[in-house]
Amino acid sequence: MRILHRFYGAGAGHLLGIVVCLVLAVGAVAIVVDDPAWPRMLVWFLAAVALHDFVLFPLYAAGDRLLTGRKTRTTAAARRRPRVPVVNHVRLPLLGAGLTFLLFLPGILGRNEPTLRSLSGLDPGPVAGRWLLLVATMVAVSALVYLVRVLRARSVSTPAGDGG
Amino acid sequence: MDRPIDPAPPPSPSPANGRAAVQGVKQSPDAEEFGFPAPLWRAIAARRPPLPRWRSPLRGPWLTSVLGLALLAGLPIVIVTGLLSYMAYGPQLGGSIPGDVGWLRLPPFEWPTRPSWLFRLNQGLHVGLGLVLIPLVLAKLWSVIPQLFAWPPVRSISHALERVTLLLLVGSILFEIVTGVLNIQYDYAFGFSFYAAHYVGAWVFIGAFIAHVVVMLPRALRGARSRSLRAELRTPLAQTEPEEDDGSGLVAQDPAPPTMTRRGALAVVGGGMVLVGGLTLGQTLGDGVRGTAFLLPRGRTTAEADGGPNDFPVNKTFAASRIAPADVGESWRLELVGDGSQTLDLAALAALGQHTARLPLACVEGWSTVQDWTGVPLRELAALAGVPSRRRRWCARWKKGRRPRSTPGRSSTRTRCWPCR
Repeated sequence: MRILHRFYGAGAGHLLGIVVCLVLAVGAVAIVVDDPAWPRMLVWFLAAVALHDFVLFPLYAAGDRLLTGRKTRTTAAARRRPRVPVVNHVRLPLLGAGLTFLLFLPGILGRNEPTLRSLSGLDPGPVAGRWLLLVATMVAVSALVYLVRVLRARSVSTPAGDGG
Repeated sequence: MDRPIDPAPPPSPSPANGRAAVQGVKQSPDAEEFGFPAPLWRAIAARRPPLPRWRSPLRGPWLTSVLGLALLAGLPIVIVTGLLSYMAYGPQLGGSIPGDVGWLRLPPFEWPTRPSWLFRLNQGLHVGLGLVLIPLVLAKLWSVIPQLFAWPPVRSISHALERVTLLLLVGSILFEIVTGVLNIQYDYAFGFSFYAAHYVGAWVFIGAFIAHVVVMLPRALRGARSRSLRAELRTPLAQTEPEEDDGSGLVAQDPAPPTMTRRGALAVVGGGMVLVGGLTLGQTLGDGVRGTAFLLPRGRTTAEADGGPNDFPVNKTFAASRIAPADVGESWRLELVGDGSQTLDLAALAALGQHTARLPLACVEGWSTVQDWTGVPLRELAALAGVPSRRRRWCARWKKGRRPRSTPGRSSTRTRCWPCR
């Protein structure tokens, strides 16, 4: 056991877990090893990781930093206003729009048109318009909730806050 | 309830301590922090490139553990329903794709014909829950992304192998999500067999998931216990503070002021899951709510009102079936092969006893519709062709296989025939 720890760096349970993982992965790959399309599968596998870790994540993290970076000013003018941070009212509709765009991308961009028509007889047309309506609804609801919060904060803070 | 002052960090020489040391909690890393071969890992550690600085005050072992445990509850259902779906196509009859999967499948069994909603439920769960879990997966990946850029990247052989399994874990779950999401929307951009790829990706994921749970479960349970969920759900923004640094590299060294509570973060993830569920489950729950899946191809039902040709969704139009109209005209014949083979024309078939049943049409893509189906039951056609009934067929196989020849023809009860399946 001590030798395992010294050379491997962890216990037997850890090693067992890793072995199970690698054995299953090799077994799985063996299923498609004769499939001429396996290089494409591998490319999509690696691209999925790369696009998430090095494109999607940096993009939304940078977007979020833009959003939160702007809001940290603490000038007197900013402090006078009722303290209802707007950041999450921008963040949430953006997140909702981004998530639904990625999830329903084939329909929104009409990428499934010929297949869908031949399989179901349906015309895929209206999805993009519906998605825009959904995004507009999310923006509107978020703005409305913000407005209500601002008005409530103002009505609470008016008696004392107006003098400053 | 206040959380404990000391959340009991792991006292063992865990890899976590090593990383904390490099980040400056301890100033002089000692030899024990690297496994064999230590000089190699130390040499890599010394070449630290500029790495991103993490700012979120919400990241930490508690949040990651809560998200991870939620996935641990949900993902096994997606895995099992996926494997069951493969079995439902009857690999023993050559109906499943990919065909030869060796030992990487559930033990063979015949998919029960009753309850008739079983496959509908199975597929609804697989696709529905798979979609609903996407925001949770993305949130979990967000919560652990500092560890992707942790330095040193490798501290021991076990750590190197663990990172390989993490690549398999993240790669396979994203691969499964991407191929699944594209497939249910008829976007075949990937250019390979969806069934083969999704099945192979699933087994890669299963292995990596098992390894991840084996390695991380103790840490996840410890992390989840480090703060009280009830207390977090009551903590307002003003009192939202970073978690205690446990050396895992998740807690930001120089966090920005919070813009959201942990309660809020969980609500965003949960809200995303509700949003996805609300926009997708309508395709399988029933025609009454089908319209709620208005961004999915199968969120539309009816005929002219919705631009379709039928009153209910179908999985293939006549045009797509590539059957020439002449092939189903007067010359059409149904050939029954068995002990008493016969050939029926359309009129003869229509003259047979018609049976109407209300049954689901449930697609592997996760949509379904319950409709009335009328026609001649297969068992009656089988009887016409002289094929023994299902019960007798089982017994015949049983006799052939395991039962001694001394009792031929003995009528068996259905139960006694079970062993031969």
